[in-house]
Amino acid sequence: METSTELTEKYHRLFRENITGIESVSAPFFNSFRGKAIEKFISTGLPSRKNEAYKYTDLNTYFRQDFESYFVPGQSDFEKASKFRCDVEELDVYTVMLLNGFYPENGNKFIQLPAGVWIGTLNEAATRFRQVVEYHFNRYVSNVNDGLIHLNTALASGGLFIYVPENVQTSKPVQIVNIIDSEKDIFNQRRNLIVVGANSSFTLIVCDHTLSLNKFLTNTVTEIYTGENASFNILRVQNEHDSSFKITNTFIYQDRNSVVTSGNITLHGGLVRNSTTHYLAGQGAECNSYGLYLTDKWQHADNYVNVEHLAPRCTSNQLYKGVLDDMSTGTFNGRIYVAQGAQGTSAYQKNNNILLAADAKMYTRPQLEIYADDVKCSHGATVGQLNEDEMFYLQSRGIDKNEARLMLMSAFAHEVIQNIPVKPLRNRMDELVIQRLRGELTRCTYCTIKCG
Amino acid sequence: MLIIKNLRASIEGKEILRGISLEVREGEIHAIMGPNGSGKSTLASVLAGRSYVRVTEGSVTYCSRNLLEMTPEERAREGIFLGFQYPVEIPGVSMTNFLKTAVNEQRKHKGMEPLSASDFLKLMREKKEMVGIDSKLDNRSVNEGFSGGEKKKNEILQMAMLEPRLAILDETDSGLDIDALKIVAYGVNKLHKPDNAVIVITHYQRLLDYIIPDVVHVLYDGKIVMTSGKELAMELEKKGYEWVRREMEKND
Repeated sequence: METSTELTEKYHRLFRENITGIESVSAPFFNSFRGKAIEKFISTGLPSRKNEAYKYTDLNTYFRQDFESYFVPGQSDFEKASKFRCDVEELDVYTVMLLNGFYPENGNKFIQLPAGVWIGTLNEAATRFRQVVEYHFNRYVSNVNDGLIHLNTALASGGLFIYVPENVQTSKPVQIVNIIDSEKDIFNQRRNLIVVGANSSFTLIVCDHTLSLNKFLTNTVTEIYTGENASFNILRVQNEHDSSFKITNTFIYQDRNSVVTSGNITLHGGLVRNSTTHYLAGQGAECNSYGLYLTDKWQHADNYVNVEHLAPRCTSNQLYKGVLDDMSTGTFNGRIYVAQGAQGTSAYQKNNNILLAADAKMYTRPQLEIYADDVKCSHGATVGQLNEDEMFYLQSRGIDKNEARLMLMSAFAHEVIQNIPVKPLRNRMDELVIQRLRGELTRCTYCTIKCG
Repeated sequence: MLIIKNLRASIEGKEILRGISLEVREGEIHAIMGPNGSGKSTLASVLAGRSYVRVTEGSVTYCSRNLLEMTPEERAREGIFLGFQYPVEIPGVSMTNFLKTAVNEQRKHKGMEPLSASDFLKLMREKKEMVGIDSKLDNRSVNEGFSGGEKKKNEILQMAMLEPRLAILDETDSGLDIDALKIVAYGVNKLHKPDNAVIVITHYQRLLDYIIPDVVHVLYDGKIVMTSGKELAMELEKKGYEWVRREMEKND
């Protein structure tokens, strides 16, 4: 088995072997970060379990596996991906399909939606929105010393750019359908940048799907900026297969009085690690972070939430819930950091879990670091089984035991789901959760390609 | 309809019911009275099928079947209804979904088609009217944030929806003001028919002013120590449970 030094060398070698190809398809601005990033990666390596933020997730297990790199997709790949249809009825959204993290360049490289939102490739944006990109790119991760971020900055060759200029009100959300599909086992780095200007409002839904059954390891970094008084809502729905290993790193920088709601709904996936950081950097900013994970078999779901109160009078809420079956494991690590001078902070955190089997395990850990004195803060975590009195009440009305369990579990999940911003999606998610808990939902259920 | 013979039951090794025999026939209303700790609620729990009560001896026959072998949901589908002393709050489960599932499980059991959403809502409206309950329930979770009175009225509504053959009302009067008590009693009387039966478990005689029992039993220390007509309730009200205790000691 490779040691962590050998693993670092493995990815350094990957960098050396592919850097020419990566640089040839990337904007020079992004290439200027790569040399420094790989150096940092070499000195930090991949995060180990000694790192508090990764205590219960052994990333080496996944990074040790061999993948065939896949840096640039071909035209035909997009044609297949474009057949994929999201089947949520009455979902009134603008849909953008991404394949293995790439924006299809066969059509328009850049589109502007009627409301004034720009969507396109990050590489194209480096020219078209040069000032915006050069100001924001890498800014919100520059102080983060994490090997995964360094590796992404060094290797990512494609990604998405969304720009909502100032004073733009959008009522129709944008949906990104993120498809991973390949005949090869792929190791995939994506890099996204989202900028929501002052006084604007915007909702983004990201749906992660896998099509082929190959082994995929994805490491995504998304930087998000929300300007003064902006309102931004981001929801990620993950429904992938057991050999998909997905790591998302999201950094959201919030200016004065901005309100951001971020959600992660994990229905399926071999490994899912969602790391979400909110920087409450301007006075009066508010963030709401919620998540739901339903795991079974050997799945592992890890949610790391880091809320940094850096300015006075900011508010944060964290609500994460999980239902774990079989021998699956889950981790919740919720950090609340209140900087000196961040007076008038309100910070809340809740993590509730139901274990359905004796071998299922949940690790939950609040992590509070408070350096201001005028702070309202609370946190609570529970791990338990279904409530017997509630079960009996339902059964005593003639409701079958299994049906009663299901009703209670979906009620448990609904507390999270009710935070979903778009009604048809909220209703659909309630249905999907029930199907998932009945064991009827697989990765293929809603795919129209039917590859068998 | 219900025959209980020499029933003994314990909770966590402690014997609570110490040989109860009782027969309830179609069309009858029985009242079971008794002081706190006499075993009233335990008896209700045994009949509804709570697993923490262990039956150690005796038998319970319901409509010629061995009740003790049936799961709680089977009992409910066969027409047994327990009105809870403390109805459970279930956040996130809507009243409508809960009632609809319960009604349709029962219909399925009887080989009937499930009710459509609109037929169900119509049925619910009718039943609410019938038992005189005007609470808005549609968008609320089961019992969540209900006042004490609303919870008990909700139990009666569920009873009306499920039309049980044997309803067991466990201290349905506790914590009710007189107006709520009247509504609950009105509902019970309205639902009472010649082919069903009711067991009213109560601490006080008050409820029995509105629901007139055919038979009154006094449960004391896990045994039925007196059985008589409705006048027994009046006597109890006058003399108190202390009187029962003295009578018992006299007999010892």
